[in-house]
Amino acid sequence: MAYTDKAREQYQEQIEEIKSKGLYKEKRFICSPQDAAITVEYPEGAPKAEVLNFCANNYLGLSSHPEVVKAAHEGLDKRGYGMSSVRFICGTQDIHRELQDRMSKFLGMEDTLLFPSCMDANSGVFEAILEEQDVIIADRLIHASLVDGIRLCSAQYDTFKHMDMKHLKKKLELHSDKRHVLVVTDGVFSMDGDLAPLDEMCNLCEQYGAMILVDDSHASGFIGKTGRGTHEHFNCIDKVDLITTTFGKGLGGASGGCVSGRRELIELCRQKARPYLFSNSMAPPIVNASIKVIDLISKSTELRDKLEWNAAYFRKGVEDAGLCVRPGNTPIVPVMLYNAKLANDMSRDMYAEGIYVIGFFFPVVPAGAARIRVQLSAAHTKEHIDKAVAAFTKVGEKYGILGLDKKGIIDKYGM
Amino acid sequence: MADEMKDMVLEYVIDEYVDEDDDEEVGYDTPLISSGIVDSFSMVSLKVFLEKKYKISLPDNEATPEAFDTVNSICELVKKFQG
Repeated sequence: MAYTDKAREQYQEQIEEIKSKGLYKEKRFICSPQDAAITVEYPEGAPKAEVLNFCANNYLGLSSHPEVVKAAHEGLDKRGYGMSSVRFICGTQDIHRELQDRMSKFLGMEDTLLFPSCMDANSGVFEAILEEQDVIIADRLIHASLVDGIRLCSAQYDTFKHMDMKHLKKKLELHSDKRHVLVVTDGVFSMDGDLAPLDEMCNLCEQYGAMILVDDSHASGFIGKTGRGTHEHFNCIDKVDLITTTFGKGLGGASGGCVSGRRELIELCRQKARPYLFSNSMAPPIVNASIKVIDLISKSTELRDKLEWNAAYFRKGVEDAGLCVRPGNTPIVPVMLYNAKLANDMSRDMYAEGIYVIGFFFPVVPAGAARIRVQLSAAHTKEHIDKAVAAFTKVGEKYGILGLDKKGIIDKYGM
Repeated sequence: MADEMKDMVLEYVIDEYVDEDDDEEVGYDTPLISSGIVDSFSMVSLKVFLEKKYKISLPDNEATPEAFDTVNSICELVKKFQG
């Protein structure tokens, strides 16, 4: 036993420091299936409460969809519970191949490789395809998993200002002497809900002979007129070289991810990507259910259309109520509060009103840009959204922020 | 010479990290990392600029967020490696 009192004290100090900075993540327990309406125990030990969930990545409402659940049962019955292996030893079933083929077709890509998660896909893709003489040029607000993947890779890297095409062009010029140049962006940025201008980015990449990778985790299944993603929205499907995405958000909400794109790049991931080589395969029930998800959303755009309507209806509701909302047209609607304590206090009051939302502040978002991030779902009804808007209006009134813009809120509460 | 370096680094920092529509005032002593103007991921752009501009190599254990926190501290670091 080497866990000494000194070690314990030191770790306790670290935890206290996190708490003193107001960054401690409290435990919250969901005591029902994931859905628009859920049962929550929060804080730990408190009586369970029925609340409406406006902070899940359950964009298409498929997490507990009866057909998806049925397909998971069928996968369990026909192919078992787990693979007890990584993909390349004895962890690939016919249904893994089928899901890869279905994803390639759905995303309009040449080939696809499944990973245990999109975090794993992002951790593995860069080191598999790039070396010291290559460079990655990344948007400064890309997801943390892409940052980690880039840092694990031996290629050089540089960054450009968030969605600033002039700055990206400058960086492409600066690095025109490198062997391979890979531009990296999120399709939809998870904190602001803004869409990367992929058409312009693809044109610049074409001009400078650079490749482009898009993490479409917050887009796959619902952005674009048939839900293919950000590349469909900007009509540049054939110009994107690599897409990473997840089955843990719109596409069913369980887990698993993939890299999809140019055949040779996917083949190199299959040969070299460490999370593919050293982590277990996606479990058969999840693979089978994910195939069903692709079936459902390929047949009809009903769910993404409903989500689009819900997002626009909610956005108009809170804007009309006088809340300060970041402009956008995705199901991520940030209600801007700028002050971290205000975001925390308001989210707690929203919970008391039966609306489950979370405040986000530095370091998750830039300092002075605290907000409550609201995420819409196709599972929300008009009544759910009306209730959320009414709660925001009541709580916003309590804090005297209705009708205030950024300057007004900062003058009142500070940053 | 030293002031020239400060001006050069300050100009780069403003051009590289401050948005055109941002009215933030940045000076020699403005905290860059601890205030969130530059984050640990995008700090690499500044490191690449300094190495290229001043023909030096900054080891990772020296190019820390603390050393990169103000234009003044950045220039001190550069001078140390200019020899």
